[in-house]
Amino acid sequence: MSESRPVLQGYMRDDGRKGIRNVVVVAYLVECAHHVSRRIVNHFDDLDIHLIGFPGCYPNQYASDMMRAVCTHPNVGAVLLVSLGCESMDRDALRDAVAASGRPVELLVIQECGGTRTTTDRGIALVVQLRAQLACQQSVPMALNELVVGTICGGSDGTSGITANPAVGRCFDKLVAQDVACIFEETGELVGCEEIMAARAVNPTLGSLIQACVAKAERYYRIMGFGSFAPGNADGGLTTLEEKSMGAYSKSGSSIISGLIKPGDIPPRGGLYLLDVVPDGEPRFGFPNIVDNAEIVEMIACGCHLTLFTTGRGSVVGSAISPVIKVCANPETYQRLAEDMDINAGRILTGEASLDVVGDEIYRTVLAVAGGQRSVSEALGHQEFILTYKSFEPIGPACLPLKNI
Amino acid sequence: MTSLAGPLQLLLLHPADNVLISVQNLCAGTKVEVEGLCYQMVEPIPVGYKVARFDLSVGTKIMRYGVPIGSLFHPVKAGGLVHLHNLQSDYLASHTRQSVIQQNPYRSNSGE
Repeated sequence: MSESRPVLQGYMRDDGRKGIRNVVVVAYLVECAHHVSRRIVNHFDDLDIHLIGFPGCYPNQYASDMMRAVCTHPNVGAVLLVSLGCESMDRDALRDAVAASGRPVELLVIQECGGTRTTTDRGIALVVQLRAQLACQQSVPMALNELVVGTICGGSDGTSGITANPAVGRCFDKLVAQDVACIFEETGELVGCEEIMAARAVNPTLGSLIQACVAKAERYYRIMGFGSFAPGNADGGLTTLEEKSMGAYSKSGSSIISGLIKPGDIPPRGGLYLLDVVPDGEPRFGFPNIVDNAEIVEMIACGCHLTLFTTGRGSVVGSAISPVIKVCANPETYQRLAEDMDINAGRILTGEASLDVVGDEIYRTVLAVAGGQRSVSEALGHQEFILTYKSFEPIGPACLPLKNI
Repeated sequence: MTSLAGPLQLLLLHPADNVLISVQNLCAGTKVEVEGLCYQMVEPIPVGYKVARFDLSVGTKIMRYGVPIGSLFHPVKAGGLVHLHNLQSDYLASHTRQSVIQQNPYRSNSGE
């Protein structure tokens, strides 16, 4: 493994990972506790106090695993859990897991506290204390190869695959070359790319697993009745799912694919990883990811410190926990939505910049945001978070062939 | 109308492609030259849309980025728009806002 200079400052966690932010998360454990949690967060209007949660009352292993993963994400410094009291989520196990990670954690149960107003007031007081504890924490030097970076596209159009996506691919190549772990995802939007993708796998066994993973996605979406292709994609000039897929695929750049992971799996070392976001087994809980932010949450659960989000039609979302950097593919969209974009990759189409120039600009923005600069969506206070029901089987050893090298 | 010279209007992404991608909004009547062939737009072509590079018949695999992105179910002349009206997926069918409504199984029970 190559040595990487400490170019960043991070917050040290007990598991050895480092965060580029030090946020307090307020997490509702069922929709019934959402309002109280939102009141607590809104009281502060602080870019580093984030609202997350899971709405369901029924038990789900995936949701429990995701909540544990995001509450112990390196960008999270402290956690306030808010429970109604009768939901299925194991609040004590979650609190214990966060405490075991070395983070300050508090738990409020509305039914035991005395109701909405009392719990809100207690929650506000607890967040004041948690924030004060984090204020004492010193940052430490952090190397570039301690970063985990994800990428997603949303609102793709006919320009995405020519400008923003291959430019992110250039940035990914540069990061992977410096031993950064990079994650691309949404196997349902890689239908049609399975063969060329398998050829980039580090060994043939992983290649076969990647092909099987895309076949699983195609079958799942076929049963759902719709592919991952929104009406806006067609409005933007894309005609077929495989056309959209090829454009999306170019975000992965040209590095060797080192592994195939599932939500919550943390890349064991630097390299390029494909995240399988389509559930295993017979379709049970509906569409694999109802919206882009569900995938962003899954990449965060895999340790992503920040996400590169490419958009042609123009998405405005950010995320709780990990900053989102927006790369706009379409020059006309950029004109309309400039206030929501970090980078104008549409300049490639208008002849003002090359793919390499924009790729380098994305790379420098990754370094700046990892270094503490607020991304545009972060500064606007975008903190979207969505978690739904799913089920996954664990990955097998062949999915991470380089794990122990 | 727009002359043949000037800034890039249609992009050939890969030598094996049989479609060109518009990099700016093109009006009907616009003439564009790409790789020695001349095309005249018969309808407006928005940015990011696909135009046939040659005369293409039903069943032709449409190539973009050098890979197939679906098959034609209606023929198209060189310079014509290639989109939902003549191109379909070889994997999962695309849908529009209108077809989402038509395919909704609950709609048939609710009357008009």
